[in-house]
Amino acid sequence: MFGWEFPPHILGGLGTASYGLTRGMAQQEDMHITFVIPKPWGDEDQSFLKIIGANSVPIVWKDVPYDYVRERMAGKMSPEEYYHLRNGIHYDYTRIGTDDLGCVGFSGRYPDNLIEEIGNYEAVASVLAHSLDFDIIHSHDWLTYPAGVFAKHISGKPLVIHVHATDFDRSRGNVNPTVFSIEKRGMDEADHIMCVSNLTRNTVIEKYGINPDKVSTVHNAVEPLPNPEEFQKHKRKDKIVTFLGRITMQKGPEFFVEAAARVLAKTKGVRFVMAGSGDMMNQMIDLVARRGIADKFHFPGFMRGKQVQQMLAESDVYIMPSVSEPFGISPLEAMQVGCPSIISHQSGCAEILFHAIKTDYWDIDAMADAIYSIVNYPAMYRSLSELGREEVNNIRWYDAGLKVRAIYDKVLSAYH
Amino acid sequence: MNISFCFQMHAPNHLKRYRFFDIGQDHYYYDDMQNEDHTTWLVEKSYLPLCRTLSDMVRMSHGKFHCALSVSGVTLEMFQQYAPEMIDIIKELVGSKCVELVVTPFAYSLAAEYNMSDFEDQLRMHAEQIEGLFGVKPSVVWNTELLYSDEIAYHVAQMGYKAMMTEGAKHILSWKSPNYVYSSASSQKLRVLLRNNQLSDELSFHFSDPNWKNQPFDAEHYAERLAELPKEEQIVNIWVGAETFGIIQSAETGIFDFLRAMPFFALEREIGFVTPTEAIKKNTPADTVSVPYPITWTGEAKDLATFNGNYLQQEAIQKLYAVAERVKLCSDKRLKRDWLMLQDVSHLLFMNHQTTNHALFESSYDAFTNYMNVLADFLQMVEEQYPSTIENEELNELLKTINNQEKEIASLEAQLKRKNKKAE
Repeated sequence: MFGWEFPPHILGGLGTASYGLTRGMAQQEDMHITFVIPKPWGDEDQSFLKIIGANSVPIVWKDVPYDYVRERMAGKMSPEEYYHLRNGIHYDYTRIGTDDLGCVGFSGRYPDNLIEEIGNYEAVASVLAHSLDFDIIHSHDWLTYPAGVFAKHISGKPLVIHVHATDFDRSRGNVNPTVFSIEKRGMDEADHIMCVSNLTRNTVIEKYGINPDKVSTVHNAVEPLPNPEEFQKHKRKDKIVTFLGRITMQKGPEFFVEAAARVLAKTKGVRFVMAGSGDMMNQMIDLVARRGIADKFHFPGFMRGKQVQQMLAESDVYIMPSVSEPFGISPLEAMQVGCPSIISHQSGCAEILFHAIKTDYWDIDAMADAIYSIVNYPAMYRSLSELGREEVNNIRWYDAGLKVRAIYDKVLSAYH
Repeated sequence: MNISFCFQMHAPNHLKRYRFFDIGQDHYYYDDMQNEDHTTWLVEKSYLPLCRTLSDMVRMSHGKFHCALSVSGVTLEMFQQYAPEMIDIIKELVGSKCVELVVTPFAYSLAAEYNMSDFEDQLRMHAEQIEGLFGVKPSVVWNTELLYSDEIAYHVAQMGYKAMMTEGAKHILSWKSPNYVYSSASSQKLRVLLRNNQLSDELSFHFSDPNWKNQPFDAEHYAERLAELPKEEQIVNIWVGAETFGIIQSAETGIFDFLRAMPFFALEREIGFVTPTEAIKKNTPADTVSVPYPITWTGEAKDLATFNGNYLQQEAIQKLYAVAERVKLCSDKRLKRDWLMLQDVSHLLFMNHQTTNHALFESSYDAFTNYMNVLADFLQMVEEQYPSTIENEELNELLKTINNQEKEIASLEAQLKRKNKKAE
């Protein structure tokens, strides 16, 4: 598998989904997964798969002694493995700046020279395709499509790509032509395409012109909480309505502010929280001030790790008014700690959730009404909280893994 | 052996989209456009062709075909407003003396479970309405969704009704057959008629099912199966929602022709047709049935769970019926009417998580939110008339006094008369 993120060092939902999916798949006994990421930190959970860091795969042949390799690669890779991978170098990548071991550095993030990193990652893939033994190639998101395609051409093994998002979601329609062409080529070359929701599947079919027969939906799931009782709701006077995520155009934060203003015009004892950061944050602070609700509307900033779950557990409502969300794992996380969720119809997770309120992202009245209902009518909170938690606990990565496996089997049988 | 058909009609008064910011601002709760749309759809697709078929059957069988209709009070009002032809044809059917109208709670609500005196009021209201429109006095009770229990039966008997109709639920019958007339355990006078759910549901849900075990599904074979029942059995109650004809089973399946052919094949096998009133006149009760916990004709368990099984429904019911006493004391006609309309069991059905029918609402939660917003406004209006600072107990006392006033006066007058006589 080619991926870009893997917990614990993640920047978005891609890493969480990659981890959950591979963990679910690893429960199938005959499944062996090698996961390639640009830059491992060394503290990844490798109990169920093998992680290879692209930054420690040699792409330029260097004659280095055993002891030197052992010293330089300590904790990352054994010298034997290094030499084995080095035998996979078939092309001349001296144009790429490498270090003394012939490896190339990666940021592992989304830097300005992202396209260059994607190209370097592709070079790494060629080495791996020549040296590793595998049955199928699985690429997660557009950053790794070129690597997957190259590996497919070298090895002659089938390629499956996993669409966690498309550029149409990220840009509200103003796609970047470079990104689009990378995505399109990956989809064309893939033997099968898995999408995280029917919403994404439709985008792939309609916007990228892909044959529907080779596009399937595999909905994401959620890792069960190891310690759900750790997150308790404390009694407090005011009810809390929370928005949590990047404050960007894609997430529809302005609709949340407008809905909050509607609720506050009629109700006392409700506070609104917009946690996270993003390029629309100042605009939102301004909007809150203009609506005259700043005393009840709070911006606590970016949250990570346990803070997130704690915030969700303390909330009475979690709201995700995304304009376009391929899946959206956070409402599921909120429901895991018993927090009722309001999500937009334009979110992929709406397809698999029943005990959550769904409205259109632009329907501020419906959103405000749902917030009001949850904070005012106890049965609403109780039902969404209890039944929602139960529902989410039954959405398992293991089942998603089985779906992926069925697709693998289908693709492989077509190959032989 | 007789067949007793009964067709049940209900066209609810739908609530309009009512947001929380409408609370205290807008006191009209109903979606007239949807009501008209829904009622005319029901009438055109199902109710009217059904009644026409029934009328044909009465005529062609020379009055030998008898059956009953259960039409809630709300529905009759909907007909008056949006489909007056329904009133005409029911008049015609009732006039033929072959079709009996049974009485239901006016608003088709669960008042029998949550407020007995309101239930009694609603039966009276509906009986008056029927008498006013069709000139007949109903004597058999079809409670909402066939809701029945010993306690309800007791009250119904007290009101002077002769029989109640309910579900032939397995758990109350055990080895008994639904095909007899029974009497109630709480009130021997009251007859209990039980729906034969196998034969009824088969018609509603399997008529056009090619995989159904009893094939072919036509009037001849259906009548044959009835003829094969044990000779001593008295009556088979086939009661279905009228939507069976034309909606659940579309007209193209031939369901209307099936019905039209029934009298022919049944009479040929010496199976007659009776109305519920005729059924209790012709047959003596075979036994008593005891139903300590309420039953209905819905769901697997045949209980109230379809309507009060989840948190949402429970809260809505609790909030609504908590003000029953106050509403009773009100004289405001509009408030009293809203009280009835908000009780409609359909609102509770839309809040069921399992059902796919949420009317115009997106989900059970959406239906609940909308209902509670309306209810909040309604409760505010009640509050304005009778503030909650007055305890319910006090109100109850007040109510009792009012209710007993007439009896008290009557008895005192009688005393007075007697004394006067003595004095003379």
